[in-house]
Amino acid sequence: MAFVSAITSSEAIGARFAALRSAGRTALVPYVTAGHPDAGATVALLQGLEAAGADVIEVGVPFSDPMADGPVIQASSQRALEQGMTFDGVLSAISRAGVGVPIVLFSYLNPVLSAGPDALRRAADAGVHGLLVTDLPVGSDPATEAMIGEGPLAFIRLVAPTTPLERMREIATHGSGFVYLISRTGVTGMRDELPADLPDSVARLRQATELPICVGFGVSRPEQAASVARLADGVVVGSAIVRAAGESTEAALSLARSLRSAIDGA
Amino acid sequence: MTATTDRFGAFGGRYVPETLIPALDELEIAYASAMADPAFVAQLEDMLRDYVGRPSALTDAPRLSELVGARVLLKREDLNHTGAHKINNTVGQVLLARRMGKTRIIAETGAGQHGVATATVCARYGLPCVVYMGAEDMARQSLNVYRMRLMGAEVVPVTSGTKTLKDATTEAIRDWVTNVQDSYYIIGSVVGPAPYPRMVRDFQAIIGREAKAQVLARTGRLPSTVVACVGGGSNAMGIFHAFVQDAEVELVGVEAAGEGLDTERHSASLSKGRPGVLHGAMSYLLQDDDGQVHPAHSISAGLDYPGVGPEHSFLHASGRAHYVAVTDREALEGFQLLSRLEGIIPALETSHAVAWVASQRGRWPAGASVLLCVSGRGDKDVAQVSEMDILGA
Repeated sequence: MAFVSAITSSEAIGARFAALRSAGRTALVPYVTAGHPDAGATVALLQGLEAAGADVIEVGVPFSDPMADGPVIQASSQRALEQGMTFDGVLSAISRAGVGVPIVLFSYLNPVLSAGPDALRRAADAGVHGLLVTDLPVGSDPATEAMIGEGPLAFIRLVAPTTPLERMREIATHGSGFVYLISRTGVTGMRDELPADLPDSVARLRQATELPICVGFGVSRPEQAASVARLADGVVVGSAIVRAAGESTEAALSLARSLRSAIDGA
Repeated sequence: MTATTDRFGAFGGRYVPETLIPALDELEIAYASAMADPAFVAQLEDMLRDYVGRPSALTDAPRLSELVGARVLLKREDLNHTGAHKINNTVGQVLLARRMGKTRIIAETGAGQHGVATATVCARYGLPCVVYMGAEDMARQSLNVYRMRLMGAEVVPVTSGTKTLKDATTEAIRDWVTNVQDSYYIIGSVVGPAPYPRMVRDFQAIIGREAKAQVLARTGRLPSTVVACVGGGSNAMGIFHAFVQDAEVELVGVEAAGEGLDTERHSASLSKGRPGVLHGAMSYLLQDDDGQVHPAHSISAGLDYPGVGPEHSFLHASGRAHYVAVTDREALEGFQLLSRLEGIIPALETSHAVAWVASQRGRWPAGASVLLCVSGRGDKDVAQVSEMDILGA
């Protein structure tokens, strides 16, 4: 294994955001679907994204029925599954990539449950630092949430624009690493405009938590990333990276570099 | 709102994107308040009587009874307006959506019966209606597609995944996540995140309440066995619910064994699946070792679903109900059998339950009765079946 974590996963993510904060910078958090277009490309992509200035990388575990995802990530998931990608295949690609930036698994619950009781330990051993589960909202399954919360990975929770302030507070107390703010109601995918109420959503979430806030869903272009960077601690870009990765690894890395400079110029 | 109240034992729950949680809370509260409001309940009862045509008949099936060796009583949901049990639920949910001030209705459909029922009630109330339907199902059930469009609904073909009910449901959820502020999602079965499985069951429970009273009036005792087909399982939960507390009544759900339980091509989630999470609920699920959902298969589009309602998983795990499976071929025999013996053409979904009852001759003691839910009529299936030439010309 190329990368062995000397500190716990949650701390690795926290340390990264603390360093960014003291440097006055905002995190670039690209998302890739593992196994899209194939496992080898994922390894190259992870390494290239680190070099392009990613601070945290979200790695999507493909699922057959991704109800929170738009067409780009749906298609990438289907392609990855057709290529034979599995939960342990995802871990293997992460382990082979051996990058130094924190890795967050982005998954639906069912593949995690099917991977067995030691799945989180295997993930940590492969170099994963955090876990985000799209369809496991706070309070939905206390036993499973406790199992994840007490495990070796940071448990990243999501907040939506529909989430009331009181529930934001509750969500924040059940999460670690950072909070993922969904920028708009809807599925993942590229949009032309950022939602008008985004500054308000971020401000409300700031009242609810001191955890770093990363904003995703619908952020695709450098100028959008720059706008988000002025509000949040991290900018998640998913579908645009995935679509570019479907063309070539270099296209995805080129996009990541332009996102990086836009964020730094914000 | 705690998760545990929204479960049936280990099953159910709310495994959805965070965006939907406030909408589910709102729905839960609105549903409870509606059912506690005598005006709402009266409005629902009026619609069920004057628009749907309830109570539906209980029909003796003398020739099938003779074949089986027990008195078979048919609960005639096929006689409802639109030809299936689905409208019991859509009437309830459309009234609820109106009460909540929602201005747009979303639905998914498999065979098209739920889509037709939704389009129907939306037409009645002038609500815009978008129905997601797998492209493969649209080809199998073109008559229902036309009916929905005739009543002003927009039918959106779903071409992702297996192009069937599973994918239509996923697409409907995506629409709902996007338009959650003004749209109401009418789930057509006892599936999905809480409170849907309980709410849909409650709206369908009129089937069992009526049937129980009708059977008692007709025979003077409870039925020995209650039988219904199970895809998502709404007609089965609807007829079972009134009998769950009557321990002496056997409850049998009939799943679709497709080309056989020993093949990969069936929809028997309870017989062959294991617990997992799909479409917002923990329930039995057809899936591979990696937790990827396995495509289902059934000759009947309405049973072609890899999951099942969480309350069925609970009744299965607790042993209160038991679940059997019937193949495509046997279902076609059931389709023909009820047509020939009783002059009632059942839906292919219902035909599974008919086939199981017919296969159990000699099972019941003298004087026993079997209550069979005729969930829908078979007109929608006639074109598909006629191409198979089962009559042997």
